Amino acid sequence: MPPVGNEASPLRVAIVGSGPAAFYAADHLLKQNGLKVEIDMFERLPTPYGLVRAGVAPDHHKIKSVTKVFAKVASNPRFRFYGFVEFGKDIALSDLRGHYHQILYATGAPTDKRMGIPGEDLKGSYAATEFVGWYNGHPDYHDRQFDLSQERVAIVGVGNVAVDVARILCLTPEELAVTDIANHALEALSQSHVKEVYLLGRRGPAQAAFTNPEIKDLGNLADADTIVLPEEAQLDDVSRAALEASDDRATRKKVEILQGYALRKPTGKSRQLTIRFLVSPVELIGNAAGKVVGMRLVKNALEATAAGTPSPKATDRFEELSVGLVFRSVGYRGAALPGVPFNERWGVILNEKGRVVDPETKQPVVGEYCSGWIKRGPTGVIGTNKPDSIETVSCMLDDLARGSILHPSEPQASKMEELVREHQPKYLSFVDWLRLDEIEVKNGRAQGRPRDKFTRVEDMLAALGR
Amino acid sequence: MKIESILATKSLNVITVGPDQSLREAVDLLAEHNIGTLIVVDEAGQPIGIISERDIVREAARTEAVLGQTVSRVMTRDLITASPEDDLETVLQTMTAKHFRHLPIMDRERLIGVISIGDVVKAQLDKYQGEVDTLQTQIIEGQV
Ligand SMILES: Cc1cc2nc3c(=O)[nH]c(=O)nc-3n(C[C@H](O)[C@H](O)[C@H](O)COP(=O)(O)OP(=O)(O)OC[C@H]3O[C@@H](n4cnc5c(N)ncnc54)[C@H](O)[C@@H]3O)c2cc1C
Ligand SMILES: NC(=O)c1ccc[n+]([C@@H]2O[C@H](COP(=O)([O-])OP(=O)(O)OC[C@H]3O[C@@H](n4cnc5c(N)ncnc54)[C@H](OP(=O)(O)O)[C@@H]3O)[C@@H](O)[C@H]2O)c1
Repeated sequence: MPPVGNEASPLRVAIVGSGPAAFYAADHLLKQNGLKVEIDMFERLPTPYGLVRAGVAPDHHKIKSVTKVFAKVASNPRFRFYGFVEFGKDIALSDLRGHYHQILYATGAPTDKRMGIPGEDLKGSYAATEFVGWYNGHPDYHDRQFDLSQERVAIVGVGNVAVDVARILCLTPEELAVTDIANHALEALSQSHVKEVYLLGRRGPAQAAFTNPEIKDLGNLADADTIVLPEEAQLDDVSRAALEASDDRATRKKVEILQGYALRKPTGKSRQLTIRFLVSPVELIGNAAGKVVGMRLVKNALEATAAGTPSPKATDRFEELSVGLVFRSVGYRGAALPGVPFNERWGVILNEKGRVVDPETKQPVVGEYCSGWIKRGPTGVIGTNKPDSIETVSCMLDDLARGSILHPSEPQASKMEELVREHQPKYLSFVDWLRLDEIEVKNGRAQGRPRDKFTRVEDMLAALGR
Repeated sequence: MKIESILATKSLNVITVGPDQSLREAVDLLAEHNIGTLIVVDEAGQPIGIISERDIVREAARTEAVLGQTVSRVMTRDLITASPEDDLETVLQTMTAKHFRHLPIMDRERLIGVISIGDVVKAQLDKYQGEVDTLQTQIIEGQV
C-alpha cells in the first residue's frame, strides 16, 4: 500500500458529531505539520456545535464565544461540514468504511440517567435533559410542554446542570428576554407561576458537584432569594476531617459560600431557591390523575468508603416535600451507535484511550476512534474535551504511522458527496450554516438579543430555500 | 469527577496472578503486558494483594533465587479497593497519604479494573487544563 497522508493521497477522516470534542479533534489533525488530511464532519442537526448551542445556558452568552474558535477550524479548505446528516440513519458505518481511512465518533451523551425510584414516570416528572433541550431550542424538544403553572419545583442533583435549570426557573422575564433562549421557552417562562425551587443534594455541601462561580451566581439573582438550611450547611465529621486533611481551596470556598447563604433570611423577593443537602428522593407521589404532587425524601448520613469518599447512607428519618414539578438532573448518558461497540455499564463507546475496542477480541477495531462525552462519559467543561481529543488524535496518528488504517475503495471527496446527496439531499454545508447564523443574529439584534434561534428543522430548511 | 470516568477509557482486561504462582510467572506476565503491577486474586477471584516490579526487585536484592519464590511471599497484603462511584479527589488523597500507587476497582463483588496514581493525576490535570482553557477562550474570543 502506498503511504497515506500526502498530497497525492490525503488522509481522509470522517468525524461524526460537531460538538467541542469533534472540533478540537479536527483542529489538532489539521495542525499536524507535513500531514495532508481532509476532514468531513457529519452532524445530525442542521446546526453545529453540539451542547455549546443546545446545552450551555442562554444567559451564559460569553461561554459560547468558543464557537469562534470552531468556526475558524471550519474555514480550513480541507474541512467540510455535512449538517442534517445522521450516522445510523442517513449514512451507515459501511458507507464511512468505504470512503475514509479513519472514523472518529464524537456524538456526546444525548440521553439522561434515571433515579430508579417509584413514580419517576409520573406526569410532571422530567429529565433536566429535556428541559435544557427545550429552553435552548433543540429541535428534538421543540414540542415539549412543562407545567409551569405549578408553584413548587424540585430539582434532583446538585451539579452545574441542576444549577442551570434552577437559575432559568428563577430569572425574571426581563432577564431572560435579553438572552438567546428559545422563543417558546421565553413565552412559557414569562407566564411561569413557579415560586419555590428546591435543589436536592444527596451528600453535603463539601461534596456538591457544582462549581464556585456557578453557585456564587445563584446568590445574586434579581428576584429570587437563595437560602440553605443552617443545619444542613454544617459539615459532618467525615467531611470536616477530609477537608482539613486536604489543601483543596476550591471546596473550602464552596462550603464558605454555602454557609453564607445559610445566614441569609428571605428578603421578600418573588421566588425562593432552597439548596438542600443530605436528602435523597425515595419515591415520587402522584394524585389520581397520575400527576406528581410530592416526593418522599430520606435523610442521609455520610460514611467514608474504603477509599475515603464520603458516601450517602440512608437513615430512618423521612420527610415529604410537596412539589408539582420534578426535574432529575443526575447526569447525562451516551447512546449506542449502530454497529459500534458500546459499554452499557458506563454508557460510552467501548474504548481504550479513544481507540474503539472489539468486545470479543478486546483488541482495537482498525480505523475507529471516539472522543468527548461518548468516550469518557458526561463530565467536564468545554475545554476538557481538548486534552481528551488530543489523546485520541495521538492514537490516530500513531496508528497511521504503523499503517493500521482502513483502506477505503472510494477515498475521493466527491464520491462521498455523491453518496450524501443521494441519502440526504437536504444536507447543509458550513456556508449554509453561516447563512442561518447570520439570520439568527440579525433577528436577535433587532430585539436586543444575541440571537433569535430557529428551533424547527423545517424553519431552518425553509430559511435556506430548501 | 468519579473514578468511573477514568475506567471508561481503560482496558477491560485486568491482569491477575494467583498467590501460589511463582515470581517467574509474575515477571512473564508483567513483561508480556508491559505493566508494572499485578493484582493477586484468590480462587474466587477476590483481590487479596498486589505485587509490583519494586516488590520483586527488593526480593532480588535479597536472594539470587528470586524467580523461584511464590507471589504470596513478596506481595503487599495491605490492600484497599475503590469503587467506580468513588470521588477522584478523595481517592487521590488516600493514595498519596497511604503511598499506594495502584488501586483495584471493585464493582460490588467483582474486580473490574485497576487505576494508577498516574491515571488519577492525569484526569485531575486534564480537568484543570480544561477549565483554564475554557476561561481563556472566553477572555480572548469574548471581547468584541
Ligand atoms: C446543560 C449543559 C450545560 C453546560 N454548560 C456548560 C458551560 O456553561 N460551560 C462549559 O464549559 N461546559 C458546559 N457544559 C459541558 C459541555 O457542553 C460538554 O463538555 C461538551 O459539549 C461535550 O462535548 P462533546 O463534543 O463530547 O458532545 P456534544 O457537545 O454533545 O456534541 C455531540 C454532537 O454529536 C451530534 N450527534 C449525536 N449523534 C449523532 C449521529 N448519530 N450522527 C451525527 N451527529 C450526531 C449531536 O447532535 C451533537 O451536536 C454543559 C453541559 C450541559 C449538558
Ligand atoms: N457552567 C458550567 O461550567 C457548566 C454548566 C453545566 C454543566 N457543566 C458540566 O457538565 C458536566 C455534567 O454536569 P451534570 O450536572 O449533569 O453532572 P454532575 O456534575 O456529574 O452532577 C450530577 C449530580 O447528580 C447527583 N446524583 C447522581 N445520581 C444521583 C442519584 N441517584 N440521586 C441523587 N443525586 C444523584 C450527583 O451527586 P453525587 O456527587 O453524590 O454523585 C451530582 O450532584 C459537569 O462536568 C459540569 O461541570 C458545566
